[in-house]
Amino acid sequence: MNKSADASNYVSYLDYKGKHTGIWAWLLSTDHKRIGLMYLMGIIVFFTAGMTLGALLKTEMLTAGRTIMDPQTYNAVFTLHGIIMIFLVIIPGIPAAFGNFFLPIMIGAKDVSFPRLNLLSFWLYIIGGVLALSSLFLQGGPIDVGWSFYVPYAIRTNSNVSLALFAAFILGFSSILTGLNFVTTVHRLRAPGMTFFKMPLFIWALYSTAWIQVIATPVVGITIVLVILERMFGIGIFDPALGGDPILFQHLFWIYSHPAVYIMILPAMGVVSEIIPTFTKREIFGYKAIAYSSLSIAFIGYFVWAHHMFTSGMSDIARAVFSLFTFLVAIPSGVKVFNWVATMYKGSIDAKVPFLFVAMFIVLFSIGGLTGLVLGNLATDIHVHGTYFVVAHFHYVMFGGTVMILFAALHYWFPKMFGKMYNEKIAKFALVFIFIGFNTMYFTMFILGYQGMPRRYWDYLPEFHNLQFISAIGAFIMVTGFLILIFNLLHGLLKGPKAEQNPWGGVTLEWTVPSPPTIENFDEIPVIEHGPYHIYKEGQIK
Amino acid sequence: MFNGPTQYASDVDSIMFFIIAVSVGFLVIVTVAMIYFIFRYNKKRHPQARDVKESAILEVVWIAIPTILVLFMFYFGLQSFYGIREIPADASNIKVIGRMWQFSYAYPNGKKSDTLFLAKGKNYKLDLITTDVNHSFFIPAYRIKEDLSAGKTNYMVLKPAETGEFDIACSEYCGLNHSKMYSKLIVLEENQYNEWLNQGINKNTDSTKTTNAAEKK
Ligand SMILES: [Cu+2]
Repeated sequence: MNKSADASNYVSYLDYKGKHTGIWAWLLSTDHKRIGLMYLMGIIVFFTAGMTLGALLKTEMLTAGRTIMDPQTYNAVFTLHGIIMIFLVIIPGIPAAFGNFFLPIMIGAKDVSFPRLNLLSFWLYIIGGVLALSSLFLQGGPIDVGWSFYVPYAIRTNSNVSLALFAAFILGFSSILTGLNFVTTVHRLRAPGMTFFKMPLFIWALYSTAWIQVIATPVVGITIVLVILERMFGIGIFDPALGGDPILFQHLFWIYSHPAVYIMILPAMGVVSEIIPTFTKREIFGYKAIAYSSLSIAFIGYFVWAHHMFTSGMSDIARAVFSLFTFLVAIPSGVKVFNWVATMYKGSIDAKVPFLFVAMFIVLFSIGGLTGLVLGNLATDIHVHGTYFVVAHFHYVMFGGTVMILFAALHYWFPKMFGKMYNEKIAKFALVFIFIGFNTMYFTMFILGYQGMPRRYWDYLPEFHNLQFISAIGAFIMVTGFLILIFNLLHGLLKGPKAEQNPWGGVTLEWTVPSPPTIENFDEIPVIEHGPYHIYKEGQIK
Repeated sequence: MFNGPTQYASDVDSIMFFIIAVSVGFLVIVTVAMIYFIFRYNKKRHPQARDVKESAILEVVWIAIPTILVLFMFYFGLQSFYGIREIPADASNIKVIGRMWQFSYAYPNGKKSDTLFLAKGKNYKLDLITTDVNHSFFIPAYRIKEDLSAGKTNYMVLKPAETGEFDIACSEYCGLNHSKMYSKLIVLEENQYNEWLNQGINKNTDSTKTTNAAEKK
């Protein structure tokens, strides 16, 4: 039993019996921990689906011409892979699952500000997800427009675009409401004494992200409604055949979707800033620099969207301005990486699984960020735009960045969430598979892209065959690694040993409550005197 | 330093080389430092973490140096890109017409073709037009592309420096046969080119069709 919990009174949130019973005790629960856990399940299921589609794409790329599917199917599969991974996995990912679970605990609160709204967000997420997937089976056929829905193609194709767009619209609301909830919670429910600069860095990251969600998401919502209106009623907004402007669509789409990149990566950076201190026993180096760089990424991130449009025929001045801002937004990300590595200096490093995932993240994310410089540069971007280079770049950032940290967070907080422990050796084994598979798969794609292999191609020229083949093999290695990872966690969940309250020696508030936490989190709301990492300064850690 | 089929292609490769060199430098520094720390300050070897003072100078240094480097990158890119946006006075105009899923070309004298023919050493301005959805006109060897954006006319400037055959690909997703939307650029010596250009001009047939159109496989 957990040492701090009074054995007779202790009931974990997993065992808690409320108004509803059975499955409804979960589906109708307004407890932020249960909601977080349900999101986590949803995200893992959708990730597995998206990864399967990705593996099918790679199998098709084993040979030029047809390997296992025709081009129409290929186009639908990459579209669905993108929609699932972006809207159902990476955007909700860390904030919805781990943010929901840990934000209230880490600021010393019993729940988020609006628990019912939180449940609504979850339901919108599920409804949006089901709608997106159902477009596969309904009349009109699976959509084939790419996740970016570029018009006029998206207006003219016969596939089921409106339904998928409507799904994205609903998912957008889920995201906005979660953002609203988090902003309010951070402002209103911090424990006594916890000023902004005494908040853990994960909370800073969630807070910055929440603002982007609230401000940027409505733009894509409106854009989606406009496309649906155009498809259904022929109102000319984006299609030049109806008197519209397709470039306007690209602007509106990327005004949201570029900041969305930061919605995807900032929470991951927050997790990194938690894991590194825990396993190095050092206060994060440059706490304020990291907090401010989150804010400046959130801010500058609004002014770089048109670097997705360097070849669309914008004015040359616009291209120059967006190129400049794109280069500038690279700086705060660099600052974070330097501070993270500096934190390891003179630490006392215990390289456990979550830390190793973070170390892997630092390498992959650096490659992703640095290749972003190639894309910010006007001359080189024009060449690699719309090629495998871009695909490799954003997989390094999104997958090597956000998803690797999703895995890190899963291994870091797993003992806290479930009160069980997984096998660390097998987890490390999975990690090595994933690292090797990942780089084999995506690094070759940088080379393919520079050689001129366009993305979203069902077929390719004979000279690309060798690299395409190597890349596909990498994908299979990575999928193997992921399967090992998941089975190890499932095994830990069902058969693993009991976890301690604080297995890693963490110092933020979640490690002061039992594993798993009680429904109310705290018996008594803590009073905060110091920032969370202050303890390392005094050398109080053994 | 690099020898491309156009001056611009060589410039792009040089800029790419500069960015990659800087990037590899940073990546090596970060990775080596991290791996070194993980071993040097391992729990077993270094059981007690030491407090390290925050350093404003260090923060300034690692903001300033990358900022200067990226500003250089920005400048080189801008300069070279602006070079290919200026339309030379002697440039001849060729229309590039994209439709699902092929490119075709119209020359000033009324000739049309499915393969783009250009003369070595001459300046060209290509007007990019689509008759349906967006496409993108990409010549990998020339390191250049520009979208064919529905409802407007974009342009591209080029000056071939070598004779030869080069692939042209569509690089903006355009539906079913997007991956089959390949075409070819053939650069000829000027005299050969003029001969080709004036051949069969009044019959308005495509003399290249038989030899070039369907060889992409
Ligand atoms: Cu096309």
